[in-house]
Amino acid sequence: MTIDETPRGPAPGGETTSMPPSRSGARDIERYAGLFARRTQVMKSSAMRDLMAVTARPEVISLAGGLPDTSTFPAEDFSALMARVGADDAARALQYGPTEGLDEVKGPIMEVMAAEGMEVEPDDLLVTTGGQQVIDLVCKTLIDPGDVVIAEAPTYPGAAPVFVSYQADVVQIEMDEAGMRIDVLEQELERLDREGRAPKFIYTVPSFQNPAGVTLSLERRRRLVEIAHRRELLVLEDNPYGMLRYEGEPLPTLYTLDGAEFVIYLGTFSKILSPGLRLGWCAAPRPVLDKLNLGKGAADLCSSPLSQLFVRRYFDERDWLAYVGKLTGVYRRRRDIMLEALAEHFPREATWTRPQGGLFIWAKLPDFIDTTDLLARALRDHVAFVPGRAAYLDGRGGTEMRLNFSGVSDDAIREGVRRIGEVIREQLALYGRLTGAEPAASRASEPAREAPASPAPAAEAPGSQVLPLRRKAG
Amino acid sequence: MKVAVLKGGDSLERQVSLRSGARVEDALDRLGHEVVAVDVGPDLVDRLGAERPDVAFVALHGRGGEDGTVQELLELLGIPYTASGPSACMRCMDKVVAKHALRDAGVPTPDFYAFSQAAFEELGAARALPAIEERLDFPIVVKPAGQGSALGIKFAATADDVPGAIVAAFSYDTKVLLERHVAGRDLAVSVLEGPDGPEALPIVEAVPQDESFYDFESRYEIGRTRFICPADLPDAVAERARELALESYRVLGCYGFARVDLMLDSASGELTVLEANVIPGLTDTSLLPLAAEAAGIGFGALIARVLELAVARAPA
Repeated sequence: MTIDETPRGPAPGGETTSMPPSRSGARDIERYAGLFARRTQVMKSSAMRDLMAVTARPEVISLAGGLPDTSTFPAEDFSALMARVGADDAARALQYGPTEGLDEVKGPIMEVMAAEGMEVEPDDLLVTTGGQQVIDLVCKTLIDPGDVVIAEAPTYPGAAPVFVSYQADVVQIEMDEAGMRIDVLEQELERLDREGRAPKFIYTVPSFQNPAGVTLSLERRRRLVEIAHRRELLVLEDNPYGMLRYEGEPLPTLYTLDGAEFVIYLGTFSKILSPGLRLGWCAAPRPVLDKLNLGKGAADLCSSPLSQLFVRRYFDERDWLAYVGKLTGVYRRRRDIMLEALAEHFPREATWTRPQGGLFIWAKLPDFIDTTDLLARALRDHVAFVPGRAAYLDGRGGTEMRLNFSGVSDDAIREGVRRIGEVIREQLALYGRLTGAEPAASRASEPAREAPASPAPAAEAPGSQVLPLRRKAG
Repeated sequence: MKVAVLKGGDSLERQVSLRSGARVEDALDRLGHEVVAVDVGPDLVDRLGAERPDVAFVALHGRGGEDGTVQELLELLGIPYTASGPSACMRCMDKVVAKHALRDAGVPTPDFYAFSQAAFEELGAARALPAIEERLDFPIVVKPAGQGSALGIKFAATADDVPGAIVAAFSYDTKVLLERHVAGRDLAVSVLEGPDGPEALPIVEAVPQDESFYDFESRYEIGRTRFICPADLPDAVAERARELALESYRVLGCYGFARVDLMLDSASGELTVLEANVIPGLTDTSLLPLAAEAAGIGFGALIARVLELAVARAPA
């Protein structure tokens, strides 16, 4: 028996019920608010979070995810390999490991990097808890509040909260079909020079960018690396999708072009094997790597040895490239299905990218359509996408959307795109009536076009950023 | 008692509802009740049939839970439930209906015009927009009639912004509201039924931290908006705000509790009622619990009272 405090309120039914001091009393709002760090105050709005939460409901066809299709991985392989890890290595698998990662997993990492033309030593590597941790560690290591980070516009939505939580000032550089506009980058760097501010690093996903789906051209890769060298500026090259190419020739990574001087390379097993393993890595110049290592030790001591030993087994006993080949086949087909569906169901006022790899297509709608609101409407028809604002930190992106094709079945892609197309047409027609313009005609009612995936010229809206991808500058 | 806490559902306010529900469950548990948590979905009737709760605590927000749908079902099943009945829910969930009712009863509410999608599609309502723009002055606030959160609310600074704002609002509902914008202070008056009928709780003022005037989204975010309770108002103004809230509560036919949102016009000093919420948020950052606490009513006591009222209303 404990001695109760005086009940704080009337108890029902004559029972004496004590209420301990309320853990979450309403007055505590103000108290907690005073305790939160300033960096928490700039996090994403609750409205957008609430909206995204609905996309997870089972009846919703979600093109909002960014998931690889793990159902393609043979379950029997997984259980057999895990059993072997358990039988041979239980004690180590269950133990802490070194912060920089087990030697066993560095072999597979070097193999993956070699497949993309990169040569590294085990000591160049830090094994991390997913690629996401690299972004966090790089910010932790380099960013003081107010420091400038350069990113693409749009940028990986998952990087935005990391930048925000370290209070970075993010400058986003527009893209076209050849990736980040280097001419715009140079203008921005000069503007920052004039303001006496030097960016700490440039964050880029050069291949099959998330979310835009575009790939940085070879020429721009060279120029970007040249700028990094000239200005002694670090580049964080985030390359989760490089192996998932569906057409065209592979391009050298920035890390290769740079000679490992100013590029921090981020790799991951998430898209070529499994995100559930939570294993990524980075390769970086040694002084930077040492600092990242310290940061990682503080964050989580080490990444899962169980996962690391599993990866080792998997690379020893299975053909990882064959599995990547299988994934590539599935995703290529799904990309093509989505491109066809977009051509069939999206109105002619819309434009979108045609990715040569990766998981995403980025679409842009006329500038009077707000894709956050459109998502609310689309959810009534049980279909979801990521509203463009999630990929910008400066309020842009209101008319854009990210569509994922990797984690959705063929039929769901067709049906999902059809439903989105329908709600867009509904809004176009309504807008037409409100402004007295002709009701918007849908592309579906017109003869099929020859090159469905190339953006329509009519769609070039003033102030557009990523799309339409017609300029060849840089 | 065995209490079913209805929460979640598929409205856009699902997340807030889950947080409200969890906090209510916790309080009911401390009060010694048997709690059954129900995430509302297609199996709702079956679950209630199987569980046979003595009373249902409705912690749903938005479409489905706050618009009378669930309340009608509970009436049908004969399960006593918390807060307002179907008709008050329908009136309050639809801001247009609520504003008409308030205006008819002489409760001041900002001037407004409302349209259904059909009006634009079948009756050429677009032709009437210039006249509205003239009467309301810019900026005009455009809102979906039936959305409880800040989603879909847009400010049209010029005539060019109006069509896009209307299209956005129609994303949430088949009816939209164009309302005169009131520049001023943002007040919330919670009403809780006591032994002597409805009582207005201390007034909460929401003060945005960053001075971006139009940032509705930050309104109820910890750290981005400061809540002052009781609001620092002249006695006469506070008294008038409480009167208006009670009058709105009565006119709209609310029961148990509700939160009435008002604006205090900085220029004219005039108070107007924007809307009433029949199931206001009950999370640890929500305004009704904050106001109750300021009145000396802890969260447990608040929940206990709302539950008693549900039982008291139930037919014998």
